[in-house]
Amino acid sequence: MRCSGRRSRTGAETVHQSASDSEVLVDEYTSDFEVGQDNVQALGLDFHNPVFAISGVSVILFVAFTLSFPETAEAWFGALRPWLTSNFDWFFMIAGNFLLLFCVVLVVSPVGSVRIGGPDAEPMYGYTAWVSMLFAAGIGIGIMFYAVLEPMNHLLNPPLGLEGLAPDAQRELAMAATVFHWSLHPWAIYAVVGLSLAFFSYNKGMPLIVRSAMYPIFGERVWGWPGHVVDVLAVFATLFGLATSLGYGAEQSAGGLHYLFGLPDSDGLRIAIVLVITAMALVSVLRGLDGGIKILSEANMAMAALLGLFILLVGPTLATLGAVFDNSVAYLKYLPELSNWVGREDTGYYHGWTTFYWSWWIAFSPFVGLFIARISSGRTVREFLLVSILAPSFIFILWMTIFGHAAMDQYLLGGYRGVVDTVENFQPELSMFAFLSEYPLASATSVIGIVLVLVFFVTSMDSGALVVDTMTAGGKIDAPIAQRVFWCCFLGLIGIALLKGGGLSSLQALALATGFPFGLVVILMAISLYKGLSAERKLLQAEQGDV
Amino acid sequence: MYRHIGVPVDLAHRDKLDKALRTACSLSATFEARISLVGVTAPAPGSAAHNPAEFADRLDELAGELAEYCGHPVAALTEVIGDPAADLDRALDKRFHALGVDLVVMASHVPGFREYIFHSNAGFLASHSDLSVFVVRD
Repeated sequence: MRCSGRRSRTGAETVHQSASDSEVLVDEYTSDFEVGQDNVQALGLDFHNPVFAISGVSVILFVAFTLSFPETAEAWFGALRPWLTSNFDWFFMIAGNFLLLFCVVLVVSPVGSVRIGGPDAEPMYGYTAWVSMLFAAGIGIGIMFYAVLEPMNHLLNPPLGLEGLAPDAQRELAMAATVFHWSLHPWAIYAVVGLSLAFFSYNKGMPLIVRSAMYPIFGERVWGWPGHVVDVLAVFATLFGLATSLGYGAEQSAGGLHYLFGLPDSDGLRIAIVLVITAMALVSVLRGLDGGIKILSEANMAMAALLGLFILLVGPTLATLGAVFDNSVAYLKYLPELSNWVGREDTGYYHGWTTFYWSWWIAFSPFVGLFIARISSGRTVREFLLVSILAPSFIFILWMTIFGHAAMDQYLLGGYRGVVDTVENFQPELSMFAFLSEYPLASATSVIGIVLVLVFFVTSMDSGALVVDTMTAGGKIDAPIAQRVFWCCFLGLIGIALLKGGGLSSLQALALATGFPFGLVVILMAISLYKGLSAERKLLQAEQGDV
Repeated sequence: MYRHIGVPVDLAHRDKLDKALRTACSLSATFEARISLVGVTAPAPGSAAHNPAEFADRLDELAGELAEYCGHPVAALTEVIGDPAADLDRALDKRFHALGVDLVVMASHVPGFREYIFHSNAGFLASHSDLSVFVVRD
């Protein structure tokens, strides 16, 4: 397969002249900067100077500080999360709404026809592999921890101050409030970042790093310190986000293993889980995108689909399928109220869930966005946005309905309190197992649940190592594989250090804190992207006029 | 003895290819074998080219230079894959088999400490491919 760009690059500017109107168009968004230009080669490695050193050293220093002074770190960083999600709630909500509307505008506007990688580019992956990978690298793991817990929580603590509704309406509201967090908004945030990176890399020839998407705003300065700061921030958010997720994931998995098999819920078990995940991720890293992440993602999606199908068929199948439609309608009905940031009094839901999620999605957007960019060349802007936003959103609605709806039925119709207890004690690791225990073949489905969680962690860690390596190698995607191995081990070690020494919540707060500056970066990216796409469409029209 | 010689080309290290290319040329004269240059790239910009089209142009250019040196046509083929850092070796092996190559002539750096842990690309092909592999040290 060959995908072709439209022009060879001989200088900073490419001039196109339309035969029809003699209008001269200058491609202003191209740069003489070469991929890897600022890189340093040593010991067979190839990394960006100074992004690699600054991010590596600062991460080590922050981890050392957190381990050495856990109470101070907890006091400093721990206060960051509620401060940010409470005081900048308006910012996160406006940013989320703006980015979703921006995607809608791009889809319906003429720039939607621009193809990532040039007019003749072909997709690298088919729809199944593409959707599986963007789902598995992104927030796929959420389907295991929150599909049961979150709807039940919102059923018990209704958002928007809507207490005292009839049970059916209460259930619809709980589902709408859950779907709101996992569907359109997060994927729109990821899509804008992914599309910006893909466009400025595949169409404009710039390195596949976050700073490239800021080129229309900063110009050539983006290759200097403004760009270094953005990229270091991206590495920082990705490493801390993944390492703390890994640590919490190990805690939750250990809790699950304890609940299911009575294994001792100890540090040793948690560290063993991190080691197993890291070892599996290393194998996946060495096998590359096609032999590792792609296969694991597809296998995990197939396994999740089988589990979902089983629950659907064993439960009230037709009623659940009908509920998918009802929940989608309920989501759209409550969307304006849930997206509103003015005069909110339901702070438990608004600050405790929504703005927390929004800052987390934004902090994770460089990681997920860059990975989506890696696998999305050859799609048109319209196709990219529609599939990368709607497909995972629909999967979430379907999954949350199958599991969440059934869990609420267990409680409302059958009086079963197993899941309710895990919500009241906030034990997300046990909600799914408590739910499955009421179904036939509970042991088998619970083991599948644990395998799904582990494999989602493996794909997240593998794609995280790939992304961090790309970011710290100045956008070189063919840097030595040893570097990806290094980042994978580095992530595992941070996870183990934090598990052993404490400090997971401190560093998670720090990762979340990057959500605020990155929110600004993502909004600037959207503006850059629109400028770039508009200019690209004019160039394409001029070229077609030349033919 | 050999009918088709395949030469993997890393355009990012064009300066280190001459010896392997001349070797391939000599062997092709000896065995009256065809030569195919195979370059592997990704859709994203790299240090060798900004896009696959530019990469293919550069590879064609190199094939032209080699054809002039050898005195017979040299084919050039650009392979676009998602993850060249990890999948390069397997992609090359697959492509050479598809082309019917029976001898691979491949430039490789002098092994160092890293090669005790991570194989070189030539090391992988020599160890795992059923094709004959001629490794040329730069």
